[in-house]
Amino acid sequence: MLNKHEIIETINMIDKEHLDIRTVTMGISLLSCASSDSDRVAQKVYDKITKSAEKLVKTAEEIEQEFGIPIINKRISVTPISLVLEAAENEDAYIKTAIAMDKAAKEVGVNFIGGYSALVHKGMTRGDKRLIMSIPEVLSRTDIVCSSVNIGTTRAGINMDAVKLMGEIVKETAEKTKDADGFGCAKLVVFMNAVEDNPFMAGAFCGVGEYETAINVGVSGPGVVKCALEKVKGKPFGVVSDTIKNTAFKITRMGQLVANEASKRLGVPFGIVDLSLAPTPARGDSVAYILEEMGLEKCGTHGTTAALALLNDAVKKGGVMATSFVGGLSGAFIPVSEDAGMIEAAKCGALSLEKLEAMTCVCSVGLDMICVPGDTKASTISAIIADEAAIGMINQKTTAVRIIPAPGKKIGDVVEFGGLLGSGPVMKVSDFSSDEFILRGGRIPAPINSLKN
Amino acid sequence: MRAIITVVGCDKVGIIYEVSKVLAENGVNILDISQTIMQDMFTMIMLVSIDKEKVHVSELSSVLDGVGKKIGVSIKIQHEDLFNSMHRI
Repeated sequence: MLNKHEIIETINMIDKEHLDIRTVTMGISLLSCASSDSDRVAQKVYDKITKSAEKLVKTAEEIEQEFGIPIINKRISVTPISLVLEAAENEDAYIKTAIAMDKAAKEVGVNFIGGYSALVHKGMTRGDKRLIMSIPEVLSRTDIVCSSVNIGTTRAGINMDAVKLMGEIVKETAEKTKDADGFGCAKLVVFMNAVEDNPFMAGAFCGVGEYETAINVGVSGPGVVKCALEKVKGKPFGVVSDTIKNTAFKITRMGQLVANEASKRLGVPFGIVDLSLAPTPARGDSVAYILEEMGLEKCGTHGTTAALALLNDAVKKGGVMATSFVGGLSGAFIPVSEDAGMIEAAKCGALSLEKLEAMTCVCSVGLDMICVPGDTKASTISAIIADEAAIGMINQKTTAVRIIPAPGKKIGDVVEFGGLLGSGPVMKVSDFSSDEFILRGGRIPAPINSLKN
Repeated sequence: MRAIITVVGCDKVGIIYEVSKVLAENGVNILDISQTIMQDMFTMIMLVSIDKEKVHVSELSSVLDGVGKKIGVSIKIQHEDLFNSMHRI
């Protein structure tokens, strides 16, 4: 029999420390929907999504109720649409398919659908180019469709033509959604080393090596880790690491349980659990607060990178034994606008873009949900993407840029997105130009450490 | 299925009575029960067995919620596996 303290500990984690399952994401392959006829593709996409995910939300809600653990998001990731539409004869296939995705996702009740994506890490096909060019319009005309573009891998190097193009696309997306402060950019991720089974938005897509349909789960719980660390104040780092590991283990076991149940009840294979610490703007659900709990006055000060490295590593070590299949992005996320502590740190000047870039060397993903002035040049955004991609390429990890050049906003202004996307202070970018660097184009060759065979 | 019911709140007369009455009405069998004062709060933990034919967890959960509101305590019901998976390897 379980003892009282264990039961109360679990209940406190859920009630007081914001423990939750961040997302149950169903990966759906849309490869079977390919057709040269644009109306036919859109219809097939709609039908396949609504049929495959018909019971997803209801099942997740039943699990929530039965186990008493909140599941915050129910989502869908699909095959990169550039592959599905490669054979499309007309360019209108892109917007039609995106609208079909939006409609289908709303029909089944999920809050985001990811996969309006292209993988162009070495070069672009005609279809890839057409998809990328359609992103600004798609993100302004749909509500819950998310888009991502993979512009490099450690194996292929960095496609600098794509990097240049994505700077322009980010700007155009911001412009097209300027009534909402450039909200479209919050649904667009530029990746290096993108993974095929990521359950988190906006970068989720269902890779070609995946199942027909699968359940991927992302866990969370920065608040639980923070509360656990409060009990070991002043103790050496070995104790800090052990405490995080123990907590991550418990959090991940929840994820495994939910993934198993969802997979069983839906009759869909269990893909992976993403060992993540994903913050929300709610107070007490912040990754920045964990770093501050380790002894930093404000997140972003000297020591932040070391603290984050320890946190990220301990989360993985604790989580890996708690689940049978690890995948996705696995690590601590540092999205600025979605983390109360990060927002405060950026507002008071403790956290800069440069420090965030350093932090992305040691944690999951990259420059995430960062607002920059609306007049930031496309080439500057491309250069930011290139820097982040270089970090991912050399360190053989996933990095990403989700940046919002908020139209009309200046440094110090605050952009409100609402809900889980939070609000972000507009941060300073360098005033010096990267124009000529970005204009070169071509590819940055794969690094020597990619040659492993 | 087996579930854990937890009742947390200010101690008063009749908490066990009110909760067990609802459980009996819904054919829920109490397998184990313990109570204690934790951080100045009355805390009762019950291990129960639910016959899915007789009542669904979601119904029971809302009934217990009503009882909790009536007597001013928080009542939760959760599948036993939640705790087992977190605390047992």
